[in-house]
Amino acid sequence: MLNFTIRRLLLSLPTLLFISLVIFLLLQLAPGDPMAQVPLTVPPEVKQKMREALGLGAPIHVQYFKWLYQFFVVEPSVWIDHLTANSFLLGWLPDTQLSMAIDPDTGLLVQQQRVISWQTRSPVMDIVIQRMPQTLWVVGLSYVVGILIAIPIGIYSAYRHYSLFDQAGTFVTMVGFSIPPFFTGPLLIVIFSVSLGWLPSIYDTTLVVNSWDTFKIQLMQMIMPVMVLALQTTAQISRYMRSAMLDNLNQDYVRTARAKGLKEATVVMVHVLRNSMIPVVTVIALGMPAIFGGAIITENVFKVNGIGQLLLTALFANDLPMVMTLTFIFAILIVLFNLIADILYGVLDPRIRYD
Amino acid sequence: MTEQAIPASPVEADLEVYGALVDKEPSKPPRSQWRDVWDQFRKHKGAVWGGGFLLFITLAVILGPYIWNLSPTQLDIRNKDWRPVYTLLWDGEAKAGWAHPFGTDQLGRDILAQMISGGRVSMAVGWSAMVLALLIGTAVGVASGYFKRADFILMRFTDLVLSLPILPLVLLAVTLFRQPLTSFFGSPERGMFVLIVSVIALTSWMQTARIVRGDILALKEREFILAARSIGSKSSKIIFRHLLPNVISPIMVSATLGLATAIITESALSFLGVGFPSDFPTWGKLLSDAVVRMQEYPERVMLPGILISLTVLSVNYLGDGLRDALDPRIRGR
Repeated sequence: MLNFTIRRLLLSLPTLLFISLVIFLLLQLAPGDPMAQVPLTVPPEVKQKMREALGLGAPIHVQYFKWLYQFFVVEPSVWIDHLTANSFLLGWLPDTQLSMAIDPDTGLLVQQQRVISWQTRSPVMDIVIQRMPQTLWVVGLSYVVGILIAIPIGIYSAYRHYSLFDQAGTFVTMVGFSIPPFFTGPLLIVIFSVSLGWLPSIYDTTLVVNSWDTFKIQLMQMIMPVMVLALQTTAQISRYMRSAMLDNLNQDYVRTARAKGLKEATVVMVHVLRNSMIPVVTVIALGMPAIFGGAIITENVFKVNGIGQLLLTALFANDLPMVMTLTFIFAILIVLFNLIADILYGVLDPRIRYD
Repeated sequence: MTEQAIPASPVEADLEVYGALVDKEPSKPPRSQWRDVWDQFRKHKGAVWGGGFLLFITLAVILGPYIWNLSPTQLDIRNKDWRPVYTLLWDGEAKAGWAHPFGTDQLGRDILAQMISGGRVSMAVGWSAMVLALLIGTAVGVASGYFKRADFILMRFTDLVLSLPILPLVLLAVTLFRQPLTSFFGSPERGMFVLIVSVIALTSWMQTARIVRGDILALKEREFILAARSIGSKSSKIIFRHLLPNVISPIMVSATLGLATAIITESALSFLGVGFPSDFPTWGKLLSDAVVRMQEYPERVMLPGILISLTVLSVNYLGDGLRDALDPRIRGR
């Protein structure tokens, strides 16, 4: 198993390198000069010096390697520092200070060169760390809700194949596939905020949950974005669950289980379900990055200030360092969840491990 | 030795001997494959409705401007903010009428005309991105399924592209290349059209490639390919004459999926504000422009949203029916 995991881990490194190359080349190929904003009164030789200071004169592979170093070493170490210093989960660990370096001139411990946002003039990673929790809350919760709804629907519609429930479930999943989130979002706002006035249409991030009332407000404002994202998840996962259950319900081992007198509930919920979960678990892991992508639109609709909205505002402000970092974070998420899906598949299905 | 009556021909003798086995009525003419496919397709009610609606929408956006000849961009500030005509059912005082059945927007532009011209753009983007993606996907799939040497590299490349973060990259590409393509093609609409179509196609060919490759790998080992090769057919001939016609059904199914994704992606881009310029309506653009004023005029969000959803839903149902109809194992059941 360890061997299998290590092999998969090594295979995912080239993928990350390729994605980083694509992002880097996209920005290199794109016309546009980072010096375009510099006033025309600046003399050309000063401009040339500024260019060299930005590293623009260097050959393209040198630029790429510097960029790689920044993204694979410096920024992750900033993140680890943040985790060990401030976070709730790992705050008990000693401060790592990985991102610090000793200044050769003064001998003091100073921060290493960071990726600076052109928009806010502050390090990109700090802003990302601020925005991350909102996205994780909304996206994570919606995924959990989606899975919790989808799995029972999938099980029941496979068990009662071609029943009214199954037909209705198929129709609802088809609709869930087809209605894009940028329509369900405004639709829910029109119904529940405008007409009925039950739920707030804007997600208030400044809300501090410290009492029962604020908790209720937090719950109310999370319902709509979570449901919009969960609809997509539910549609997809219940389809997979249904077909996986259908594949397994006709197998010989099910007949054996019934023949030896097991209760129907045991047969379906233990024997069939456990075998059907193998493909579904991988689909759940693989669907995670897509839901982060969908969060870009949902966050925009409900004004949740997570990383999706950050990406959009950075894009409109032409803040390339921020855009690159965020795109790369999305890429890392995809590769990470692909890896998790692979490993889970190996854990759940021993046949895969020995290929 | 008695003389036996010798029949005139051996065929007649057979007829006499096996006469009981010959059918009295003439047998039915053989059914073609596409007839079978059509019969199975017709059984799927959702698919028939989906296909019908898709046809209707496509015809409506093509022929619409000739029937409803108001200009979608003409401003008429006196007649701004009309409600759709059905508001008259419950509110006789409402500003509505048959002059503008879907109402007008805050600048007095007719919404029906905007819907039609927006649908033209959305459908054009959807169809051309789908065709382009199919061409790339089929080419990659056939190449990696047929030529063993290319297989490893092409499939690793497909896997790599599959793990790209699509939406962020598309957003990035559209913002970066908008300006140069606009100046290259002379007008913002045309530059944006080329950009969006190619960006969507370049990020959605992978599934087609995988499916086609799998089918080609299986077909390549069949006897008729061996026969074709043994009479000296060239690879190009084998691919175009023998392999491609046999993978047409998975290609058609992934075409419907591709059309649905292309329409949704284009609308999402327009919704996020990186799509076509604002005086050039598409469904997604109309929806996102209306979101700001959806408290007063919810119908302006609903109409384009319902159109996008219905189109995508009908395409999905069409794909579902096609998959069943083109699968010989399901057909006839």
